[in-house]
Amino acid sequence: MVVSRTLPIGLLTDQPVGRDQVMIKKFSMAALAVTFSATSSLAATNITWWHGMGGRNGEVINEISQKFNESQTECALTPVSKGTYEEALASGIAAFRSGEQPNILQVFDAGAATIINAKGATVAAEDLIKDAGYDFNRDDFIEGVRYFYADSDGKFVGMPFNSSAPIMYINDEALKKAGVEAPKTWEEFEEIAPKLKEAGYIPLVQSQLTWEFTENFFSRHNLQFASNNNGYDSVIDTTINVTDPNHVMMYQKLKDWHDNGYFGYYGAGWSDNQKPFEENKVALWIGSSGSFGGLQKTAQMPFSATFLPYWKSVNPEGVHTFIGGAALFAMSGKSEAENKCTASFFHFLTSPEIQKFYHQATGYVAITEAAYELAKEEGYYKEKPAAEVGIQQLQLPSGEWNKGYRLGFYPQIRTIMEREYNRIFAGETSVKDAMETIKKEGDELLARFAKTAG
Amino acid sequence: MAYVAPSPRFLPWLTRKPRPKVVAEGDKRVQFSSPVLPYLFLAPQLAVIFIFFYWPSVQAVSSSFYIEDPFGFGSTFVGMSNYTDVLTSAQYRGIALFTVVFTALVTLFSLSIGLLLAVKADAVIRGSSAYKTMLISVYAIAAPVAALIGMMFFDQHIGPFVEVASWFGWDMRVGLSYFDTAFAMIVVAVWKQVPYNFIFFLSGLQSVPVSVREAAAIDCKSGFRRFWTVTLPLLAPTAFFLLIINVTYSLFDTFGIIDVMVKDKAANNPITLVYKVYEDGFRGNDLGSSSAQSVILMIVVFVLTIFQFRFVERRIHYT
Repeated sequence: MVVSRTLPIGLLTDQPVGRDQVMIKKFSMAALAVTFSATSSLAATNITWWHGMGGRNGEVINEISQKFNESQTECALTPVSKGTYEEALASGIAAFRSGEQPNILQVFDAGAATIINAKGATVAAEDLIKDAGYDFNRDDFIEGVRYFYADSDGKFVGMPFNSSAPIMYINDEALKKAGVEAPKTWEEFEEIAPKLKEAGYIPLVQSQLTWEFTENFFSRHNLQFASNNNGYDSVIDTTINVTDPNHVMMYQKLKDWHDNGYFGYYGAGWSDNQKPFEENKVALWIGSSGSFGGLQKTAQMPFSATFLPYWKSVNPEGVHTFIGGAALFAMSGKSEAENKCTASFFHFLTSPEIQKFYHQATGYVAITEAAYELAKEEGYYKEKPAAEVGIQQLQLPSGEWNKGYRLGFYPQIRTIMEREYNRIFAGETSVKDAMETIKKEGDELLARFAKTAG
Repeated sequence: MAYVAPSPRFLPWLTRKPRPKVVAEGDKRVQFSSPVLPYLFLAPQLAVIFIFFYWPSVQAVSSSFYIEDPFGFGSTFVGMSNYTDVLTSAQYRGIALFTVVFTALVTLFSLSIGLLLAVKADAVIRGSSAYKTMLISVYAIAAPVAALIGMMFFDQHIGPFVEVASWFGWDMRVGLSYFDTAFAMIVVAVWKQVPYNFIFFLSGLQSVPVSVREAAAIDCKSGFRRFWTVTLPLLAPTAFFLLIINVTYSLFDTFGIIDVMVKDKAANNPITLVYKVYEDGFRGNDLGSSSAQSVILMIVVFVLTIFQFRFVERRIHYT
């Protein structure tokens, strides 16, 4: 029961999958890896790719690798699943320390600072691709994707791979029953929440506060998330701005909505919060742009999607969000022939056809303009309008502070946030105290991280 | 080097067969022909211990004095500051406190429930093997699977235990409320360990001589008193062995249960020290702090084991 309930979620979000799936996945991956290496031609240069994808997403990675291997004869790519995002990063680190690193390592958004700040662990994707003689144009990528895995000069260090955005899913039935329109702003939400509640629905639920209501609260409202240019300029004395009055206000509102029955919160787990939406008990759910494919199978009612709401009072327009998901990093210490193969694979990945295939197979957004146009021409979004919302949201105007963030030990800082946010809704702490605790412990971790670079 | 039979102290009922004749029979000792040979026999085991225990331990101790870049590029010697940071952190002390409470409760309940069931199952005459098999079979379930089953029972949306709790006005929210999650974790951890204790207590009970029981039955009418004054002291070696096993289980082997129950995201839910080591080291890539924590844990276990052997074992009489 548990397995079948959680499976579709893991398939189509960028969230790490549940333990149960990981196990199933590990077995199938191992089997596949064996098949791949067995079929790769002996004369070809072998390269490996470690990733943290499960379920259907993991299968798609194997399909892409196979397409790459069939498209040329010089290189043979072997994908290996290393479990969740965190496990993939930890395996990559351990392997690097013993000189056994793969050619390509997938690293998730929160781990970006860890690998990018370890200068010498990777070869910048942009350099690698250019050195191999391919064209590389940053402007080919859609607005929101361009800077997240780049250095402060805009050079691509990681190759954006699977990208997603937090968007709002709408229970059409609930809104119709309550006789209201989907809100564009949180102000509008406050107006319709009582009507949704009256109609017998929980008005709002979300699935990951750290990503949807903290990191992307800052990006959506174009607010500075951390000092030192969101951490891009330096690791020294970087501090986090969670105590920003607007951010505190957002959580105070969430808490008030929770107390009034306008906001349902079921802990830090992704699927515990998604479930009531699927069961038609919730009117609005903030999920990942990649969630729609899974929802099509599990939702018991018709649904649609729209942008993540924002506060008109904080920013009258609302800009694009950070990209979630992960990027591919070319590890250093590899032979020229292997690096050439890695470059050739990165180049292959950005081709519109492959991007479109990946976008449609997984639900992650297409990261190049060309792939987006191709999918549009094909009429894909007429068929599946929810698939377009994430891309459109990432194409909203850019601001000064929504390019990305680069914070060391960020996975641990997220853990602190998860703890304090849970305490807010369990009534164990006030919003203000929670934010101060996060800032204090978060800044300590950032200072610690600065020492590791020493 | 004389060959000495393995000490039967821990499992006396398993070794009731006649003792091997090779043990001290005057000067007829069995000698190895070469003094090197015993070391050769020991070598594989020593190699395993060295590679998988001593070497990593030394690594842990040395990296606990550094703050290190995860990829191994830069490291700063910080002396004891990883230890002081950890020990002065209120959060760490909270986790330590929970670990103590968790270990005490899990050990207490799994031992006492295991003993109770064993005593009752021992007294059953008809269909006893059916009861025993049912009670033992739970032990065959792997920890993550047990945790998954447990999680389903305590699921916020569909959990039957949550339903039952709500009849008594307890709005149980496992995953959100610290206390509720702690309760669920302890229940699952105990449930998983009871069959193990049951097996050992049952065989322990069966090794209590019938003559002793009969003699006790003549002297004393109260069944409970007979159990308390005669049976229990005879079970003491078993109980002591189980005490150590259960404490180690609660400290370390519950990792799988905790990991599954907090769904990878501990948030404000209770975790034990060993989970914290994993969280900081493997998820946070903070090797220095994680190493310091594992050294602390190593010392705690070391002290605990010495304490158990020196003070608790003294009071036990091995038959």
